[in-house]
Amino acid sequence: MNSSNKFDILRMVLAVGIALLISFLIILIASDEPLRAILELLTGPLKSTRSFGNVIEKMIPLIFTGVGISIMFSANQINLAGEGSFHLGGLVATYIALNAAIPMGLSPWVCVLVAGFLGSLVTAVPAVMKIKTDSDVLVSSLMMNYIIVFFANYVLNYILRDPKAGAVVSFAIPAHIQLNSIIPGTRIHLGLFIALAVAFFGYVLLYKTKIGYEIRITGENMDFAKYSGINVLKVTLISQLIGGFIFGVGGGVEILGMYSRFSWTSSLGYGWDAIIITTLAKKNPLYVPFAAFFLAYLRTGASKMSIATNVPTEIITVAQGIIILLVVAEQFLSKYKHKMIAKEARLSLSNAKEAE
Amino acid sequence: MIVDAILSPEFLNATLRATTPILFATLAAAVAAKCGIINMALEGIMLFSALFGVLFSAMFQSGILGLLATMVMGGLIGLLLAFFVLKLKTDEILAAIAINLIANGATILILLMLSGDRGVSSSVKSVPLPRISIPVIENIPYLGAVISNQNVLTYVSLIMVVVVHIFLYKMPLGLRIRAVGENKNAAESVGISSKKIQYIALVISGVLASMGGFFLSGGYMTYFTTGMTAGRGFIALAASFMGGNTPVGGFSVSLLFGASSALSNILQLGNWPYEIIQMLPYITTIIGLAIYSYVRMKKRQKLSDRG
Repeated sequence: MNSSNKFDILRMVLAVGIALLISFLIILIASDEPLRAILELLTGPLKSTRSFGNVIEKMIPLIFTGVGISIMFSANQINLAGEGSFHLGGLVATYIALNAAIPMGLSPWVCVLVAGFLGSLVTAVPAVMKIKTDSDVLVSSLMMNYIIVFFANYVLNYILRDPKAGAVVSFAIPAHIQLNSIIPGTRIHLGLFIALAVAFFGYVLLYKTKIGYEIRITGENMDFAKYSGINVLKVTLISQLIGGFIFGVGGGVEILGMYSRFSWTSSLGYGWDAIIITTLAKKNPLYVPFAAFFLAYLRTGASKMSIATNVPTEIITVAQGIIILLVVAEQFLSKYKHKMIAKEARLSLSNAKEAE
Repeated sequence: MIVDAILSPEFLNATLRATTPILFATLAAAVAAKCGIINMALEGIMLFSALFGVLFSAMFQSGILGLLATMVMGGLIGLLLAFFVLKLKTDEILAAIAINLIANGATILILLMLSGDRGVSSSVKSVPLPRISIPVIENIPYLGAVISNQNVLTYVSLIMVVVVHIFLYKMPLGLRIRAVGENKNAAESVGISSKKIQYIALVISGVLASMGGFFLSGGYMTYFTTGMTAGRGFIALAASFMGGNTPVGGFSVSLLFGASSALSNILQLGNWPYEIIQMLPYITTIIGLAIYSYVRMKKRQKLSDRG
């Protein structure tokens, strides 16, 4: 491992450490029993099979979103409409599960695939707008997320809503279409395998295929990609279609695995979670499950903490922001990096001299 | 029925009111864009300001002092963004996303810690800024009903369009900001410190955005609720862009968004499904953005064909 990589890891660990320290400080101020709160945050998820199950359950959607955004960010497309793709994916999977007569056994897969296709349409809108009208992907993708949430609310209220249920929720999804739980005592479902497979697929796509290479080259230097004969428009579009597809599948899997009725009436924030995951995973889908595990662990700890004490779970949102800031800040600890590289260079120089 | 409602002075009055927060944020986006930085943290700055506007004005028991304190805080967040982007070389979009995330979480935490309220600042006795009626003008038929009896900040936002215009186009500092945004190296070569100028521009941007945030909880509404900015910071980015990042252009586009927001309030009275109406400001933004960008692209192509 060269010193630059070593440094990256060190910086990430420090960033996470600092973010947690700040969170602890906030807990110290906010809570009447800060030690108990911090203990719950750190060890709560380990206390029972069920709690640890919660970590894995929470990790599943985060893997999808992390892989989806990593593929789009690798092409340097700051398309944030994945949030909308995920939301629509959940809605579409519910709609099909409730309305289409599909042979048993096939149903969850059909639901999830169609969710993926419609999810890719959501991220395609900003992508195509960029290509056809040269409009900024960032802004149009953000607008898509709001439009999708209201659209989903419309479909939920006027088409899918179960009037007999007390809350605003859809009719119940038949049990045979739901993704089965695979570990007794938890709600960990088949989606875990799909998510891990998607992460592996994402890695192979980005690092072992021609299109993946083109995506990364386009992301690193679009002009260079153009001059080397890569069709950059096609490549950016493909990266966003695949990214949206994965977000959509994630939404479908989440609904069929964790819910029995569609009940999302406001933005879930998965689009923002995806950013911290791809930041920690350095845009590599292979590292995404680890980053997702980390975030899911913190989230589960936070919800255990908020049940046991009076500290709200939002503290993790703050920590998330701090981690992104510190990890992405190139100059954070850069003096130290410089020293480390210089030291290594001196070392190898003296080694070379000794060899002579 | 809808046409009558749109032509009514009440509708135009509501349009101005709904435009105010977007207008402040659009001006903020324009100042940042002029120095070459996309300030996507507007959303977070506004959210923080909406909360602190309520808290500060309750603390001082004065709307004006509350506003001033909030503006200082907005400037500080702008400074923080500048520090990360300029000093620590953080990607400006990711830094802004981080600030927005922190705003989402921290506003809820801070409100809970200071007042015990969850999500809505119902127990905070804040002092919103008043509406004022303008003598003479209020008596003019129609126009009076449109322009008079608005919140103080609505008038301030209109004045700020002129102020920011003069600042950017008639004052030395504004000229420097534009020079840095157009071509950093050229600006550096005539002795302008581009970093210093960008720091200043982002602080100004933060102050302007904070005024929009203050208006949300101390004028438009009289309390703070979680996530009450509802994407206005993002809409402002689009508005500023479509207005060519000029104050006057941005003003006309934000009027359009204000109108679509006010329209969604009117349509609620009709038979339209509420969810579809809520989409209006966002659909307006996305379509407007597409049309504007398309026209701009064609113009550029024509120019380069000729050249």
